Amino acid sequence: MTILIIAEHDNGSLKEITLNAVTAATEIGGDIDMLVAGENCASAAQAAAKISGISRVRVADHACYNGQLAENVAALIQSVASEYSHIIAPSTSNGKNILPRVAAALDVAHFSDIISVESPDTFKRTIYAGNAIATVQSDDAIKVLTVRGTAFPLSEQNGSAIIEALSTVKDLGLSTFIDESVAESERPELTSASTIISGGRGMQSGDNFQMLEKVADKLGAAVGASRAAVDAGYVPNDMQVGQTGKIVAPDLYIAVGISGAIQHLAGMKDSKVIVAINKDPDAPIFQVADFGLVADLFDAVPELDQAL
Amino acid sequence: MKILVMVKRVSDPNVIIRVNADNSAVDLNNVKMAINPFCEIAVEEAVRLKEAGVASEVIALSIGESQSQDQLRTALAIGADRALLIESEEALEPLAVAKLTAKVVAEEEIGLVLLGKQSIDTDNGQTGQMLASIMGVAQGTFTSKLEVSGEKVNLTREVDSGLQSISLTLPAVISCDLRLNEPRFASLPNIMKAKRKPLETKAAADFGVDLAPHIKTLKVEEPNTRQAGVVLSSVAELVEKLNIEKEAV
Repeated sequence: MTILIIAEHDNGSLKEITLNAVTAATEIGGDIDMLVAGENCASAAQAAAKISGISRVRVADHACYNGQLAENVAALIQSVASEYSHIIAPSTSNGKNILPRVAAALDVAHFSDIISVESPDTFKRTIYAGNAIATVQSDDAIKVLTVRGTAFPLSEQNGSAIIEALSTVKDLGLSTFIDESVAESERPELTSASTIISGGRGMQSGDNFQMLEKVADKLGAAVGASRAAVDAGYVPNDMQVGQTGKIVAPDLYIAVGISGAIQHLAGMKDSKVIVAINKDPDAPIFQVADFGLVADLFDAVPELDQAL
Repeated sequence: MKILVMVKRVSDPNVIIRVNADNSAVDLNNVKMAINPFCEIAVEEAVRLKEAGVASEVIALSIGESQSQDQLRTALAIGADRALLIESEEALEPLAVAKLTAKVVAEEEIGLVLLGKQSIDTDNGQTGQMLASIMGVAQGTFTSKLEVSGEKVNLTREVDSGLQSISLTLPAVISCDLRLNEPRFASLPNIMKAKRKPLETKAAADFGVDLAPHIKTLKVEEPNTRQAGVVLSSVAELVEKLNIEKEAV
């Protein structure tokens, strides 16, 4: 068995969630190759070569892979797919975009967002916003799957894989990358932060998120948001935690002014410790919180900021 | 240009579902069903494109049990022109749904397919990408803004790092994210009118497509539930608890 992992990277650096996917691959067992597809992505490839358990890094460095357009990257993966028993990507917007396209091209099923490896052909995944867990199995010759980062620990980084160029150019000419607006932040990334403080509709405005940012900076935390806060336009979409946003599982999750809708809980209920601050004592968030504070957030958050 | 919009019947997103007694599936008996929220956004967008003169006709397609007619009527009430139900009593996997849809796309000479980015029941998020792959066309997933311009469609996609802009050559498949639009409430006259719009039914088995499942569900379980913790009386008490937790970590 040989496994291909699609690296999550921004050409310059490798994203940490790639290391979670490597752990999932290690649990499946076999040799592991990693594909780094991008433009000017040599430094990401070098970072990939340091991951323990990777035997070979294949680098497809070409303008047609800029922006990791699904059409071109999927065609590239398809061109090497027959060498592999499993094709794995982290469950990121790239992984979710590209891998189902690969699976259909290979006429095999796709396992979305697996949370455990039971055997090389059997996995667990959540359905119905995490309200049920399905154990699923397939006899397909190639298993194509995305991996939920928070469900697997990070792999070590003391390896020394060989780096090989993959010169296949698959420019289908169907799509063009224009640009990407990346939110600049000094704070940790949501999906890898050990502490997260999130705001919901109760925040009432985007400006009020500054209160959370102050607390976040004292705690070394990332700032997240509920879907309601994003829909209301308080904060951008990349801050959304939930079934259809980012799935997080930090050591500490502080939910401020978040009622606790099913779809939000699906994104954070695996956090180790959950704190909820909400003025409504009946808010569903208190049913999953380890520590609840029934208070007006506009009093409680500044007080918390002072006390820290 | 004709637009095909895909509609899935799912459990109401506000209902908390339970696993059945023999751990084989989720118990959907007597559960309120609804149109998948992301599909509703796709229908709204299709209708807006028709209202803007970009689309000539909007066809709603659902693949599933016969009761999916209810969700197709919802799509017709929002403004789709006609509907097609491909009936299958067995739940079909995304790959089979994509293959059936590709047949419809070819038959109807569809220029743009719109669908939800994921259904809130199986949470797969695969159908659009698979369909684009089978059709050999471009795909735009997690779309929060779209604009058709000649032979191209320009998109804004919601990605992990923020927003991405891409341009696709038509025909294309586009999956809709939450912020693309806010679906209208169907007015009573439009609901009445929808009842008279054409809704054709075909059998999935008649399409000559391999519908055999690739995945076996061995077991369905309830997740571990969290116990509600303690309610604290002051911020000071909270800070104290946080300090204890910090030390434990």
